[in-house]
Amino acid sequence: MEVRRWGCVIEAIIDIVLLTFLVIVGVAILLVRNLLAVTMLTGIYSLLVATLFVLLDAVDVALTEAAVGAGLLVILMLATIALTTQKEKVHAARQNAVALVVVVVTGAALIYGTLDIPPFGDPNAPAHVHLSPRFTQESPEEIGIPNMVTSVLATYRGIDTLGEAVVIFAAAVGVLLVLGTGRVRRRRDTEEHEDEARERS
Amino acid sequence: MSHYIVLRVVSKLMIPVILIFALYVQFHGEYSPGGGFQAGIVFTAAFVVYALLFGLDAAQRAVPPVVAHVLAAVGVLIFIAFGYAPLFLGGNFLEYKVLLPNDQAGETLGIIGIELGVGITVAAVALTLFYSFAGRDVR
Repeated sequence: MEVRRWGCVIEAIIDIVLLTFLVIVGVAILLVRNLLAVTMLTGIYSLLVATLFVLLDAVDVALTEAAVGAGLLVILMLATIALTTQKEKVHAARQNAVALVVVVVTGAALIYGTLDIPPFGDPNAPAHVHLSPRFTQESPEEIGIPNMVTSVLATYRGIDTLGEAVVIFAAAVGVLLVLGTGRVRRRRDTEEHEDEARERS
Repeated sequence: MSHYIVLRVVSKLMIPVILIFALYVQFHGEYSPGGGFQAGIVFTAAFVVYALLFGLDAAQRAVPPVVAHVLAAVGVLIFIAFGYAPLFLGGNFLEYKVLLPNDQAGETLGIIGIELGVGITVAAVALTLFYSFAGRDVR
């Protein structure tokens, strides 16, 4: 019992530290003007979010976030920066009172909305009494595999996943149409260089 | 970056490990975290590392862009095929359990099949995106 309580305390401390870092990194992304640094900060942000997902026992999501957010997205943004520019254009800051009011009111409404959300880990929360028991109790029997995330993803919500796969494919088609295939035409000097290397070996 | 000898040597050790890990994430997805989506991204990461160190044209000699384009479509088609196959065996769309006499075995076969489709699509699409972005500044 004692050990369990200390576990909760440590988890709370880790949560607070990670969330603080998250806020710091988020503010830094807004303030820093060098886009290369912003790209790196975005990767760090994704990694922090992935760690938070691990703490919430959502390891499948954490793996995705770490691979896509901290890995592939950073590479693609670096490639974009290499094509464009490293410096963000700074516009003269204009004060806009209407925008401030809209943002404050929307933020207040969202925070007010969270007050009705059941506390974290509440067993009587609607999400835990409606479909979860059905999936957690019957899916091992019905599907026969231990990872319930996979069985929900692939069977109970198979059409969703099919839609996702098609969306990803459509994204590639869109990029191909806009940017082209990116096929490198081998220039003569690189071929000569290789011929030299072959002769030497 | 090809003159960094340490990076080249380490990457040659790491790239096979990354590929094996991707396959593990792909085919062990029923028992541990992961699945087609994550595996696809990790698989492509190995080729991205290779392209960063040895040049884009070396990577495109290993996997030509056309191959990536075709595989992206093949993955989606595998998924759709596993969706339609049960229709011919008296089931509904994506109802894998009719694929084999044993319900659980059928479901598992279906899941492995569609995860493979998702993995192929994601890996091919990620590689296509990388090629498109990285191959554009060659003038």
